[in-house]
Amino acid sequence: MDLGFPILSTLIFLPIIGAAALLLIPRSKQSDVPRLALLVTIVEFLASLPLWFQFDKTTHLMQFVERKAWIPSWNVHYYLGIDGISILFVLLSTLITVLCVLVSWTAIQEKVKEFYAALLFLEGAMIGVFCSLDFFLFYIFWEAMLIPMYLIIGVWGGPGRLYAAVKFFLYTLIGSVLMLVGIITLYFYGGHTFDILKLSAQSYPLKLQMILFWAFFAAFAVKVPMWPVHTWLPDAHTEAPAAGSVILAGILIKMGAYGFLRFSMPMLPQATQAMMVPMLVLSVIAIIYGAVICLGQDDMKRLIAYSSVSHMGFVTLGMFALNYQGVEGAILQMVNHGVVTGALFLSVGIIYEQTHTREIADYGGLATVTPVFAAFFLVFTMAAVGLPGLNGFIGEFLIILGGFTAKTWAGFLAATGIIVGAGYMLWLYQRVFFMEVNPKVSSVRDLNCREVVTLLPMLLLIFWIGIYPNVFLSYMHTSVNHLLHQVNGSAGCAQINPGMVLETALRIIGG
Amino acid sequence: MPNIAPLGPEIFLAAIGCAVIIADLIWKEQRYVVPVIAVTGAIATILMVTQTHGEAFGGMYNADLFGAFFKVLCLLGFIMGVLISIKNLAITGLTREGEYYGLMTFACVGMMVMSSAADLMVLYLGLELMALSVYCLVGLLKTDPRSSEAAIKYFLLGAFASCLLLFGLSYVYGTTGTTNMSAIAKAAANSGLSSNPAFLMGLGLVVIAFAFKVAAAPFHMWTPDAYEGAATPVTAFMSVGPKAAGFAALGRVLIEAFPAAQANWSAALTIMAFLTMGIGNITALCQTSIKRMLAYSSIAHAGYALLGLLPGTSEGMSATMNYLFIYLFMNMGAFAVVILLQHKGVIGEALEDYKGLAKNHPVAAGLMLIFMFSLTGIPPTAGFIGKFSLFMSALHAGYTGIVISAVIFSAISAYFYLRVIMLMYMYEPEKEIALATSGGLTAVLAMALAGVIWLGCYPAQLVAITSKALLGQ
Repeated sequence: MDLGFPILSTLIFLPIIGAAALLLIPRSKQSDVPRLALLVTIVEFLASLPLWFQFDKTTHLMQFVERKAWIPSWNVHYYLGIDGISILFVLLSTLITVLCVLVSWTAIQEKVKEFYAALLFLEGAMIGVFCSLDFFLFYIFWEAMLIPMYLIIGVWGGPGRLYAAVKFFLYTLIGSVLMLVGIITLYFYGGHTFDILKLSAQSYPLKLQMILFWAFFAAFAVKVPMWPVHTWLPDAHTEAPAAGSVILAGILIKMGAYGFLRFSMPMLPQATQAMMVPMLVLSVIAIIYGAVICLGQDDMKRLIAYSSVSHMGFVTLGMFALNYQGVEGAILQMVNHGVVTGALFLSVGIIYEQTHTREIADYGGLATVTPVFAAFFLVFTMAAVGLPGLNGFIGEFLIILGGFTAKTWAGFLAATGIIVGAGYMLWLYQRVFFMEVNPKVSSVRDLNCREVVTLLPMLLLIFWIGIYPNVFLSYMHTSVNHLLHQVNGSAGCAQINPGMVLETALRIIGG
Repeated sequence: MPNIAPLGPEIFLAAIGCAVIIADLIWKEQRYVVPVIAVTGAIATILMVTQTHGEAFGGMYNADLFGAFFKVLCLLGFIMGVLISIKNLAITGLTREGEYYGLMTFACVGMMVMSSAADLMVLYLGLELMALSVYCLVGLLKTDPRSSEAAIKYFLLGAFASCLLLFGLSYVYGTTGTTNMSAIAKAAANSGLSSNPAFLMGLGLVVIAFAFKVAAAPFHMWTPDAYEGAATPVTAFMSVGPKAAGFAALGRVLIEAFPAAQANWSAALTIMAFLTMGIGNITALCQTSIKRMLAYSSIAHAGYALLGLLPGTSEGMSATMNYLFIYLFMNMGAFAVVILLQHKGVIGEALEDYKGLAKNHPVAAGLMLIFMFSLTGIPPTAGFIGKFSLFMSALHAGYTGIVISAVIFSAISAYFYLRVIMLMYMYEPEKEIALATSGGLTAVLAMALAGVIWLGCYPAQLVAITSKALLGQ
């Protein structure tokens, strides 16, 4: 599919130009900054919609492709394109950034233009990560994201922001530089090219595949984050301002999983298969460990952060089940987690702005004080728990199905994680919204119009994906099929009719 | 009459150096005349360099593309060095402008000679011209005891290194019977000298001498003191110009004169590169003065640059050239911000002084932020391109272990560069700090910013030039 103009470049550079424009606004006109940022993000979101409508679902080939020579001496190209795996993330990024601007509207009072410039720069880099088809270009965007994220956590974050920001930066940087060594090694083995599609179409010796698998693992596992390299996440999520947490949870940690799907699996199929069981073990540990830790948290943001560890465990479990249901479930669950956890962080951000406390013990009885907010939060909680009819259910169902097909124990143990998940989320809801009204929150006002607008898109998406997931799944069928074909080879590729899986899923929802 | 045309730019710049000294005598009161002459002269020299090709004095001097690249690099460093000095000299009370700019010009001539020297004797002449001028520059702040201490340390160790170099060269001459680089390579290949202990001894001494000059560990001891004691513009100039010239000469000597002993010198350089990156990055972690921190960071960067020399390939050398060119912009930029904070009575060297800079001076802080990220090697800044090309060339030649340690060290280095950013952006200002802005500084900051961003986003031209400017072409 080709629109006749470089839409992906537009999506990448519009926010970056917007960021530069914001920096030029004089300090005396600071109140215009959020408005201009909102305008840029809305235009960006609208500009990304043609992708949704014009996308050709019948092919696994890259679409909206742009390709230009960039550094000829190294055979580096400016090469962009999206397929069924990346399109949803591009759209999710453009949507979430709009909501991030809205949630920061009054919360950010210092260094305002720097904040929105960082946010917009981050948006451009995120979209670049999902669209890059050149490994070099991918790495540039991948690392460039660190700069604004570091600043967002470190400058506008909570009390422990300095520690959290440095920890986030160093963790991700060490992972990334090891991947860089892997990328360069692959470049020399793969015929002096950074072209992702070409590199995926070749086969490499198993020993090299294993080395590269671990080199890539260093970068992607830290980003996901998989147990045991998850320890940066609770600090970063907790200390970041609301917008930072939302982007971290909604988009940034998806990039690790996306990296596995885009690079590790198609380029290193044998290594992926060989490493399937260790990866499943790590995923199951993450699911259960994250969930159990959540039970002991007394800080709301920290609880949601640890729940991300658990939920991302589901995602990696689905991916490394290496079957159709698992991978599709994982991609859908990545979107779901972005929406649900994004929404939860938005909600906490909204309430934190008034109460300035994240301690669960400081809350209580909010359902009486802020009924509208409580209703929103209830839907988000239920979606996180995986209530049928809401989006979380579809993803988790597919993943567990995939897990059972691959290794029974993996599916079984993952399912116990869901039970604990229901426990901590409902307990959180109970402690914050029910019981006696805590005098500390008795004077909190309910959502205003801007805040409702911030949360509403997430609510709609939760119901939409939950009730009719086929709209979203239909984008990935062909690409996932192709991916599994690459991983399992023609012999190992289970011939599963995508419609059948879905029917099963829908029948269960329908009861 | 020998053909002196290939030496034209050097002769011209030497004449500019004399003109600078004379102009200082005539226009004592007009402070801007001298730097203007120096800068215009350097720009004209750059134009001449790009037009000059060929050999002179029977192959002792070779004005090839490789040399031209380093000459342009040194001249750009010189221009930036002059521009950042103009106001700073008045602030630090350094009034001997004639000597100051004159010495800088002669140091630059020395570097240019080093870049093109195809004979060991010419190389030594260029090296000494550069080194003697820089010793004096370091000691010019006569009222500051740190400056004198630095100059003496630098001079003693530098002179020692020069002795080692001469001593090593005598061994090389003794075993090969020539001082011409390509003739040495031929003699070594013909008579199988690569296992001759005397020849290897000479090679080892030459490598050690250059390790002194480019501040590679374990021969880096002079660097922190010399960098801290010298006036900041001199430090900035020293950290890019002489270092680049040192790498130019070392690269040419190793690749052109000692290709047969590549296994020997690359083993030694691997250990040195590892030590240099390790000592530079780890010691920089605990510095409290930004000048000292940048000194250790410049040691670490010499370690990265050494990676390109290890394989002895043209690809590796061109990676080092990319790196040094990029390093010029980012390091000059960082030093220009340091100079910006320097006032009469305010040293502005403590890292503490950067607390809250972003609040009162967002532009200066933003620039420093970009230079710090570039020094860390985070894209889309140029620092990443430089490191990437080094890692790529070393991996291509199979030096995987040292590349992995290099990337780990560069992740460690993120911590101290980030600390500057943290101080600027994440703390409240403790005292009012005014900026010593001047036209020259603004110009240098603009050049450095443009270089860091442009080379980071579109390095194709630089990469093409360096791969074309390889030795022997």
